[in-house]
Amino acid sequence: MKPRPFDYVRPDTVDEALALLAEYGDDARILAGGQSLVPMLNLRLIDASVLIDISRIAELDVIRDLGQAIEIGAAVTQNKLMAWPQIGEKLPLLAAALPFVGHFQTRNKGTVCGSIAHADPSSEIPLALAVLGGEVVLRSQKRGARVLGANEFQKDMLTTARDADELIVAVRFPVMAGQGVAFREVARRHGDFAIIAVAAVVDNRGAVRLGVGGMAGRPQVRRIFNDPAGAVAAWAQELEGFEDLHASAAMRRDLFKNLAPDVIAEAQQCAA
Amino acid sequence: MRRVNKAEKARIALTLNGRKLAAEAEPRMLLSDFLRQGLGATGTHVGCEHGICGACTVLIDGVATRSCLTLAVQAEGREVRTVESLAAADGKLNALQQAFRNNHALQCGFCTPGILMSFTDFLARNPHPSEAEIREVLSGHLCRCTGYAGIVAAIKEAASAPAIAGEGDRP
Repeated sequence: MKPRPFDYVRPDTVDEALALLAEYGDDARILAGGQSLVPMLNLRLIDASVLIDISRIAELDVIRDLGQAIEIGAAVTQNKLMAWPQIGEKLPLLAAALPFVGHFQTRNKGTVCGSIAHADPSSEIPLALAVLGGEVVLRSQKRGARVLGANEFQKDMLTTARDADELIVAVRFPVMAGQGVAFREVARRHGDFAIIAVAAVVDNRGAVRLGVGGMAGRPQVRRIFNDPAGAVAAWAQELEGFEDLHASAAMRRDLFKNLAPDVIAEAQQCAA
Repeated sequence: MRRVNKAEKARIALTLNGRKLAAEAEPRMLLSDFLRQGLGATGTHVGCEHGICGACTVLIDGVATRSCLTLAVQAEGREVRTVESLAAADGKLNALQQAFRNNHALQCGFCTPGILMSFTDFLARNPHPSEAEIREVLSGHLCRCTGYAGIVAAIKEAASAPAIAGEGDRP
């Protein structure tokens, strides 16, 4: 289908984008890669009076090494991050997760921050941000910048703490050193939305952080101390899980129980 | 700052297969429709219009992109390449197209333009892909004739052809 009519504005700077957001608020939608937004507009699942296209703002198309964290600007595409020479060394969990995000052709346009902004519950990049305890940098014309932890930012399915006049200017992933990581997901076809996605991080003292997407309205993260299989089985019972045309809630719990111990073991091997 | 109001038709200028062209479009017009209806380049096919089937894939500044998930106005000033750019002016197929022909890699042909453009980008970045890498990129396309085996064979053949493997005459 074709989208309903909307105004289109393409600001040249972040300040211009913030001024537009201050003017239009809820009536506006930010267009970066458009790989989630445009399908929803085409299918008329959502409407926008104004699209603010930030994809050509040069100051947002930057990957910056802040030492403790890597900051990814709002116009950086998923394939640009995948091709970043230091990704394997500094962001190994992203290196493992990004190949599962859509397809080669959509990652060419889809942005890292756009995936965080869209906040799909089964999406890979929000899960990686949650497991790593990353941050989202927001800016508005009136209140300036604020930084929210992943847990404060993503509230529920497709719902975030972003105010209507705020722009996600960047996202920060903590740099990993000496940690083991693993990421796996189950989907009907490669590139589809995950039925469930599981990520694990093991630090050099053996502490495990396990995250799961697709089991609740937003990624769930928990520390696992010992007996991974038992801990995962108990957790799976607590999480309600979704029922949709791809899988029942019971199937999701089963997948999680079977997949997560393997993902933890893989991360532990990788840390050792 | 570029601004186009919803009721307005803007003149969108871009480079299509090396030619500077322009036509009018509303902000909501998709690049796929703009190429076919505005510029008359009907080689690009329109399938699902939500980014799943891959039939509409074109190159924007050399990068494989869904034209159904791109607004025409977003492609303003960009260099767009479509399947029409692949064969030589005298109709001689390029190495990738010839490999598709050799391996019976098209049946109805509807998905073919998108697949050719995806692999034009991918083989330029990765001239010697493994079969697994080829299949991964191909997962971004649907062939409802299910002719995937022939398509994989064609891409493997093209990847070993000198025109693809070397610098050659890559588009």
